[in-house]
Amino acid sequence: MKAGSNRIEAVVTDVVVVNELVKRFHFQRADGETLPTFSGGAHIVVEMRDEGRTRLNPYSLMSSPLDTRDYTISVRRDDAGRGGSLFMHNRVEPGQRMVISNPVNLFSLDLRARKHLMIAGGIGITPFLAQTAQLAAGSGNFELHYSFRNDKVAAYADVLHARHGRRVHLYRSDHGENLDLERILSSQPLGTHLYVCGPDGMITWVRDTAAQLGWPAEMVHYEHFAAPQPGKPFDVTLAASGIDIRVGEHESLLEAIEAAGLSPPYLCRGGVCGQCETNVISYDGKFLHNDHWLSEEDRRSGCKIMPCVSRFEGKSLVLER
Amino acid sequence: MGINFRQETFRDDFSFRNSPEQIRRFPFPFHEDGYMYSVNIEPHVPGRKNTVFEHLFDVDEHYISEMQDRAMVLAEDPLRCQSLPHMTLAGWDTLELLMTEKAKSYPDLFSLTRDGDKWHWINRPLGIEDRFTFGDTSTLPYGPLEYITRQSQGDFAVLDQRDGNLWMDAGMVTTQADWSLDFDIGMNFFEWHAPVPLAHEMGVFTRALKFLMALQQGQPARRFNWTMTINPRLDTSPENYHKWGVDRTTVTPENVGHKVHLRVEVQMFFRLPRSNALLFPIRCYLLKMEELVTSPKWARRFHRVLRDLPNELAEYKGLVRYRPTTVEWLSKYDDGMPTSPGFGPD
Repeated sequence: MKAGSNRIEAVVTDVVVVNELVKRFHFQRADGETLPTFSGGAHIVVEMRDEGRTRLNPYSLMSSPLDTRDYTISVRRDDAGRGGSLFMHNRVEPGQRMVISNPVNLFSLDLRARKHLMIAGGIGITPFLAQTAQLAAGSGNFELHYSFRNDKVAAYADVLHARHGRRVHLYRSDHGENLDLERILSSQPLGTHLYVCGPDGMITWVRDTAAQLGWPAEMVHYEHFAAPQPGKPFDVTLAASGIDIRVGEHESLLEAIEAAGLSPPYLCRGGVCGQCETNVISYDGKFLHNDHWLSEEDRRSGCKIMPCVSRFEGKSLVLER
Repeated sequence: MGINFRQETFRDDFSFRNSPEQIRRFPFPFHEDGYMYSVNIEPHVPGRKNTVFEHLFDVDEHYISEMQDRAMVLAEDPLRCQSLPHMTLAGWDTLELLMTEKAKSYPDLFSLTRDGDKWHWINRPLGIEDRFTFGDTSTLPYGPLEYITRQSQGDFAVLDQRDGNLWMDAGMVTTQADWSLDFDIGMNFFEWHAPVPLAHEMGVFTRALKFLMALQQGQPARRFNWTMTINPRLDTSPENYHKWGVDRTTVTPENVGHKVHLRVEVQMFFRLPRSNALLFPIRCYLLKMEELVTSPKWARRFHRVLRDLPNELAEYKGLVRYRPTTVEWLSKYDDGMPTSPGFGPD
């Protein structure tokens, strides 16, 4: 179902080099109005028009939810990626017009929490910038643990420390400073909710450790920020539409379906929300499932795929689209 | 534009009725000559002039009287409005949405001036003027949800979204078709829908929940629901069943026209921006049978819908006892001619 418009005409008002890997982008509405209110943890989808191709990449909003004159996102350059981050880094300049989506929150704070315990790794810090700003304004109780490789790539560590002082704990892995997760998780007051955003390995480690220590699953919240990975081109038949498509090396299956004129539903474009789940009618080959949505059983059965992040290698793939 | 607000009652002498213009804009919910459940959800976008969908939040000729009735219900039973502690932010979201939309849709009736978090609200029909600090509950006479929903027609459920489910954690419920906020508070989507027959087996709720959890900001949706009510009583609550349950035994062939009402709910869904909660306004419209039959198409169609309604549904909607009398009365207005497609009265 399409209701109203989900697209916002925006202008890039500033591009700031944060460190050797990360750039920050500021957006304002092209019509000068304020942007929609959002909640900490929300992301927007940025449309990138790249020589006839359209990429739609999600990025967490990191600006304060209390100030919607502009939205800011941070993009980590991924030289081996499909080119979305390179497009943002190399092609986007102040003054440029871009289309962004309304904010969507798949990583929201549980407002019942007596305390919010946050654990971030690397660029996974961005949703916490917005959440801590929101909580600090409402005198919410939080504690943030942020680990990064070294000082050179410690995006916003200084900003967070200046804003929130002792509530922020920083860990430089090149200095051997490691997060003592068991100690942190064992010393929280009742009613604490745990949030983690970072590399997959970190999320698994935090979730497993919390489970071992008896944390109820509904008090542990996490967000993967995996982008679709490039891969070998493959051919797909969209049976319901009667269209054959080819998915390019740097294209996701979802993007190729959209380029063929279809509009499957989506929210996260990162294999998490389940919206674009697609039935497989037949296949001869091997699935490369990269999502966090399908169950092991779904994967074994070979009858579902998440086109936003997953790929295929083989002779033929027929989808119910 | 100017709305002629009616002075009328929804209890005791039941002086409620619809003007001819209001009848024409009634949200008749049947697009065909039969009814079965469906996840009949559509985008909630401003619609045609002189319909209840002209604005996102409809204000009509019953506004002042409905708000007076709500105040009476709350005076007797304050638990009709509740908000669990973590839902205060969602209350402010609701207040912002209702104030901005009302001021935009009806500038001659409502005005909102914002200077940062210093807000100035004027509600002319109800004679209310308040200056308050957005986000500071101590600057309003009630909590934000209660404050604004004492000034807004329809019930409001506010649903927290977490753990892959929706939770009924706040609301203002005084014009309901036999359900209770005080009973449902804290329940999840499947728990509060448990009494509904047939729909579970059809997978309706699983699909509806999936849709609602994915509902995005700026893209509200709506659907219809309907039942019937004897006498134009807004507050048909379980709490007051002893007052209205007996009404259902009072229908006779002579009084169907003014006693029996089609009760339509326009249910809306909004994603709230700060709290990420879902706002679920349930707006109730009443139409007397004698008002309904002023549209020959609606008369024919509603006769057929009511006559052919599956028994489980008739039972769940509580209209078993007076259905035969009402169907008989309506049959006089059904000449068997075909009806045109669509909802409109022709």
